[in-house]
Amino acid sequence: MNRRDLLLGTIGAFATTQAARQDTSQAVGAADPLRDPTVAGMRRAVVAPLDNDEAIKTIERRLKCTCGCNLDIFTCRTTDFTCTVSPALHREVVALYEDGKTADQIVDAFVAEHGEAILLKPRAEGFNVLGYVLPGVLVFLTAATIGFVLLRRHRARVLATVPAAVPAAGTGVALSPEERDRLDQALAELES
Amino acid sequence: MTLLGQFALWSALLLGIWVMAVAFLPAWRARPDAQATVSRSCYAIAIALWVAAVSLWKSLFIHDFNVEYVASYTSRNLPDYYLFSAFWAGQKGSLLFWVLVLATFAAIAQATTSRRYRDLLPAVGGVTSAVIVFFLSVMLFSGSGNPFERLSFTPADGQGLNPQLQNPGMVIHPPMLYLGYISITIPFAFAIAALVTRRVDVGWVVAIRRWTLLSWLFLSVGITLGMWWAYVELGWGGYWAWDPVENASLLPWLTMTAFLHSVMIQEKRGMLKRWNLGLVVASFLLSIFGTFITRSGVIASVHSFTQSNIGYFFVAFLLLAGTISFALLYLRWPDLAPEGQLDSLASREAAFLFNNLILVGIAFSVLWGTLFPILSEAVRGTKITVGPPFFNQVNVPLGLALLALTGIGPLIAWRQTSVANLGRQFVFPLAVGLGVAILLLVLGMRDGYALMALGLGGFVAGTVSQEFFRGARARQRIHGEAVWLALARLVSRNRRRYGGYIVHTAILVYFVGFSGMAFVVTKETTLRVGEKVEIKSPFGHTYTLTHLGVSQYDALNRRVSAASLELYRDGRRVGVIASEKRQHVDSFGKPTFQPSTEVGIRSDLREDLYLVYAGSVDGTERSTFRITINPLVWWVWAGGVLLVLGGLITMWPSGWVPPSPVPARRSSREPEAVEVAVVA
Repeated sequence: MNRRDLLLGTIGAFATTQAARQDTSQAVGAADPLRDPTVAGMRRAVVAPLDNDEAIKTIERRLKCTCGCNLDIFTCRTTDFTCTVSPALHREVVALYEDGKTADQIVDAFVAEHGEAILLKPRAEGFNVLGYVLPGVLVFLTAATIGFVLLRRHRARVLATVPAAVPAAGTGVALSPEERDRLDQALAELES
Repeated sequence: MTLLGQFALWSALLLGIWVMAVAFLPAWRARPDAQATVSRSCYAIAIALWVAAVSLWKSLFIHDFNVEYVASYTSRNLPDYYLFSAFWAGQKGSLLFWVLVLATFAAIAQATTSRRYRDLLPAVGGVTSAVIVFFLSVMLFSGSGNPFERLSFTPADGQGLNPQLQNPGMVIHPPMLYLGYISITIPFAFAIAALVTRRVDVGWVVAIRRWTLLSWLFLSVGITLGMWWAYVELGWGGYWAWDPVENASLLPWLTMTAFLHSVMIQEKRGMLKRWNLGLVVASFLLSIFGTFITRSGVIASVHSFTQSNIGYFFVAFLLLAGTISFALLYLRWPDLAPEGQLDSLASREAAFLFNNLILVGIAFSVLWGTLFPILSEAVRGTKITVGPPFFNQVNVPLGLALLALTGIGPLIAWRQTSVANLGRQFVFPLAVGLGVAILLLVLGMRDGYALMALGLGGFVAGTVSQEFFRGARARQRIHGEAVWLALARLVSRNRRRYGGYIVHTAILVYFVGFSGMAFVVTKETTLRVGEKVEIKSPFGHTYTLTHLGVSQYDALNRRVSAASLELYRDGRRVGVIASEKRQHVDSFGKPTFQPSTEVGIRSDLREDLYLVYAGSVDGTERSTFRITINPLVWWVWAGGVLLVLGGLITMWPSGWVPPSPVPARRSSREPEAVEVAVVA
């Protein structure tokens, strides 16, 4: 091979490489195989339209994944990509949804199959009601008690101070303007 | 090194028992040298535990895989900073870390406590040593807590560190949370010492002021860093999942926050002594409860260590510590009678009391929700789940009430406020709050809770800015200072008060961030190289992402598959965003864990674009992604920074004050002058 052939061959090889690279970068829809697919996590299925359906997501957010992750089905299937349970539960939800079941019917079906523990928010019935109302009731009752005690104490103090500010009838002691203001204010507070 | 470590642990255990005996046996406690003995023994315990800690760190760094703990949590190709953090990656190491920090804090408390409170120190040393002895007993006698246990063989390489722990956040987050949990022991020890010695005046409260703030600050930083770690590492796109262990960290934070407020009433009015002691005891017990939750396996959590029998030790300790503490409180009940009375509903004391009520109410509801599944199973025999929807339903209204009180408290004077004064104080903050709510309503926001959170945020912002404005204006009027100088001096001379207001601002900034979670948008998609996907944000932007391809390469201890997407916002190129799958390997190239995911985040003031590479289709570059728009997340981290700033200002020791042009005699009265001007 002479120098001319070598030069032409090199230019040709470079041009081919560049063209190939351009093809790769511009080709829409390319799906070249990965060098080592085993280190890229579990193989994924193509996303179906119902995977993004808000109604499906809402249902899945009410149900706990049973893999032990403590997450809801939607969060688990879109977070823990090693989990095989949440995609299966998702397929169940989609199947029931496609059968025309309502959200509540789908949730009921899951409860019938997996028990009450699959609900992320226990139903507000029976003993569970205690879970919902006790913190709020305790806070409310304590606040009401504090408020009641403080109001009573305030009224008692006003009642105790008012006679002291008023001279006994017939003593003939005149009130100063400041004392009269204080008395008016105390009486107004008492009446309110 | 492990022999030395074992020896150090046993030495610390015996020293701890010795300190307890000196501190609590009446005959020994009465000796004049008891205090010095306790102090020196506390220093010796700290030194012994540092020897044990250095022994473990050395074993980790020299890859002594004959040590079971080293083999379980490290590998030869683990970067040095993760070798360092592997100390607290497992149960055994974290127990040693706990006891190490506690011994160090106990020694510092002995060394730095003012002479005025020295008579409390023997009992303080006794309590801290009792807790140290408990943790050392768990390590040495439970059979699953000793980090120096050896294997019968030496593996060629260790199992490596869980990929989720290989994150910079995990180098800082657990120690911060531990520092918060552990430092609560010091206020608790002072509280018990006050009860034991019958010195239940305001002295112990003053002695622990810095410790309570420090503890609260560490807990706050630890919780916020935990939220950040969950956000960037776990890949589900949120930062708080009401996980039992997250809840356990929140519980002592809530009771400590309540204490930081109610202790002011004790200092100013001599009231709520019993309540404050109860809060400190509760905070300590809740910090131990958090440790129990993480380690017992009694409640399922993503954070749990390997299940073991040490849960029983913690239950026994919780019962014992609770019984002794509340029995002491009961015995001293008559000594703790209040010196004053709450005068009025319209007083700052009452506002603080309601603030305490809400904080403790939230703590109770979180604890209640965390334990309710166990209770339900015990009562009904039915397993139930209490997840985020339950906690949100119960706690969001309480949280909003707390936010409102954050704005109300500073507007009300101590003892009593007249109606006219209330009117003057509330007009501006209420106008700001209503203005924000109406503006957002007009702009189309319809989520009720988010509207309330942002409206109340406006109210709190109005309160805080009014306080700063009035204080600075008073200084300007009195001293003729420039506005920035007046503000700087206002803060530096009233650090506790204005540092507290900065913390209040941080809380409102957090709430702004939390409100963004009501508007999250998520989309899953599968893209071939060159294909695009669009997603609309709640702020009306359109993001376009084009799949550029997946590159695979080897890094130090992992094989990486990185998917890159070109990002456009409203047609303008923003940059390239990448998300990775990581397969961690040991030094022989053998996979150690399941592949993990590293998310890609593009963040700004308004919203985060959060990209997760879910995996490849049929082993090709065609990939599935989850794209999420998380509004206002930046504000959560900003709230964390502001909170640390406010906390540091509040606890910063007195000393440096910006030079004042006025004579010293007059400047010594300035705080009162400003205080009066502001309250008036």
